[in-house]
Amino acid sequence: MKADETFTKRAMVIGGGIAGISASIDIGNGGYEVVLVEKLPSIGGRMLQLSETFPTLDCAQCTLTPKTVETGQHPRIKLLTYSEVDSVEGKAGDFTVRIRKKAAYVDWEKCTGCGLCQQKCPSKNPSEFDRGMGLGKAIYTLSPQAVPNKPVINPDQCRYFLEKKCRVCEKVCPVGAIDYEQQDRFVEERVGAIIVAVGFDLIAKDRFGEYGHGQIQDVIDGLSFERLNSASGPTTGEIRRPSDGKIPREVVFIQCSGSRDPERYMPYCSRVCCMYTAKHARLYKHKVHDGQVYIFYMDIRSTGKGYEEFIQQGMEEEGILYLRGRVSRIFQDGEKVAIWGVDTLTGKKVEIFADLVVLATAIVPQRETKELAKKLGIVADEYGFLTEAERKLRPVETNQEGIYIAGCAQGPKDIADAVAHANAAASKVQALFARH
Amino acid sequence: MDYLYFPGCTLYTKAKNFDQTARNCSLLLGFELKELPNWTCCGATFPLATDNLMALLPPARILANAREQGTTLTTLCAICFNVIKRTNRLIQQDGEKRDKINNFIEKNYQGDLRVLHYLEILKKEIGFSQLREKVKKPLAGLRTAAYYGCMLLRPFEEMEFDDMERPTLFEEFLEGLGTKAIDFPFKIECCGSFQSVGSPDVATECAYKILGSAIKSGAEIVVSTCPMCTFNIDHKQSDIQKKYLDFKTIPVLYFTQLLGIAMGLDYRSLGFEQNAVDPVPLLKEKGLL
Repeated sequence: MKADETFTKRAMVIGGGIAGISASIDIGNGGYEVVLVEKLPSIGGRMLQLSETFPTLDCAQCTLTPKTVETGQHPRIKLLTYSEVDSVEGKAGDFTVRIRKKAAYVDWEKCTGCGLCQQKCPSKNPSEFDRGMGLGKAIYTLSPQAVPNKPVINPDQCRYFLEKKCRVCEKVCPVGAIDYEQQDRFVEERVGAIIVAVGFDLIAKDRFGEYGHGQIQDVIDGLSFERLNSASGPTTGEIRRPSDGKIPREVVFIQCSGSRDPERYMPYCSRVCCMYTAKHARLYKHKVHDGQVYIFYMDIRSTGKGYEEFIQQGMEEEGILYLRGRVSRIFQDGEKVAIWGVDTLTGKKVEIFADLVVLATAIVPQRETKELAKKLGIVADEYGFLTEAERKLRPVETNQEGIYIAGCAQGPKDIADAVAHANAAASKVQALFARH
Repeated sequence: MDYLYFPGCTLYTKAKNFDQTARNCSLLLGFELKELPNWTCCGATFPLATDNLMALLPPARILANAREQGTTLTTLCAICFNVIKRTNRLIQQDGEKRDKINNFIEKNYQGDLRVLHYLEILKKEIGFSQLREKVKKPLAGLRTAAYYGCMLLRPFEEMEFDDMERPTLFEEFLEGLGTKAIDFPFKIECCGSFQSVGSPDVATECAYKILGSAIKSGAEIVVSTCPMCTFNIDHKQSDIQKKYLDFKTIPVLYFTQLLGIAMGLDYRSLGFEQNAVDPVPLLKEKGLL
């Protein structure tokens, strides 16, 4: 086959979570250049927020960090973090992507990542990465192992931007990297193929009026529990409830919060909640041995390899109490959180006064996914998940040649499936490049 | 502006105090409740069987007659409101049933009335902030519990009254009168409804939980929008006391009675003699009468 000189054999991956990272490493190892675009200051995505992962219970950061480091050091991967796709033109083999590099107010060329600015920054605010539970600084990196290990300033929290005083970070920076005047910049990249791996979000818990509209402090979502259980989290891994920092003795988990509820929320199954709830319950029991766990469920969907065994072990060996039924109402009752539910197997109403409630809230697409789909000329479904070319036989291709999808941007997936999906997308890109 | 008004049976008998205070307050607020002529019982329950057209005829006839008189119909009783509003929506949306009903009652009603609860008129037409200005005697220092019951709120896509899980409209009204409206978890729980006939113990337990929750949350008075609820949570308090020895009574008022006090009506015209738990001592103690 004759090489097509005009076909750009260089790929772009949008989204630096585990799917985007996996796809980038694959394509890079295949010998092609990759531009990895991530909207946050560093890569790692949702997996970086997790404590341990099912069904092996190994530490998420321990398995992920080698991947993020490999991505950061890969000779054929160019990282564009704190960046978003502005516009896309062209076709397979000849895409021009305009990218907005958001102002970090730190000159990353000069910055050595020493972290002094973050230590000295006097502005403490609820940290978004820790789901609002811990305090973060106005100049921050997402984690101590951030790739790249370069901080950004949040102008909505920074005292200099708000009150025109402070400038502590500027004073302490040994290399003069702080630049309050920095503006957003635009760069253009020419690529031949694009993989969209922009991941997911969780439905906001304040949408659940019956569960207190997000107003009850000790009603949290699954990602918040991950942060509570994480050694790098706000409680350094001790399970302490947000309201008063006490160790909860009774914890209630509610599966399908917002999933499989066509009348009011999302009609689809979010696929990971059965497993991560079982994982949360077991991890809690490993830390609070005399604690009691109740899990409200509709049915248990544990279809992956080793998954059902994982659930059974929790039920049989760790005394986790599964109640088949829904919860109709949650409210604050003194220091406790009252839960009204039903156990449909005994036909009895259940009332529990718990210390902590964890909602396994539905997976939803990122808010920007629909807009991005429009820019790329690909299709998003009614919820905003990206649509594959054919449901069964072409799961990573789209209606546009040269544009592929990977991970939860296409629909809810666990880590194993997201990685497999990303590997498939990467192999499609390499096959496309090899053809030309 | 005047509003066509459907009182309903209970407001002519057990809940005269609800009816009278609403009429008197509206005059002070600058509008009149014009009673619908020749009204009948609303049917008292919205039929859930899809083929039960007979049960839709009374509310449909009320609606059709009202449409001949005006464009907006208001009610006070939460059950009447529920039945009439849902029937109106059904006539509006289901062409086949609309034709059958119209054939039967010999009318041509298209479902184009606006059905508003009195509280909605106060909010949408007058505005709670306006209300605050018109109040002559703000009820400062009174801690009230807004008890919604179920009928105003559910089913939410038909009633469109407020968030069915966490409504706030009633509290906004009570704050408009100057009271401190406390929040309590049982504010939208069922009062027991007609269980008070067949299984009175069930209804007594419901009422005990509702009132106990309001008292625990600091309420001095419970405010109701529904004669059925009022029967269970006010008139049944003597039964609650027999069953639960720790229970202390708490006055239950219709929201229009409270509005009447705030509008400066003579308290002897507020019909307190129909309230089972006498609110007068508390209101006097608070300096509101």
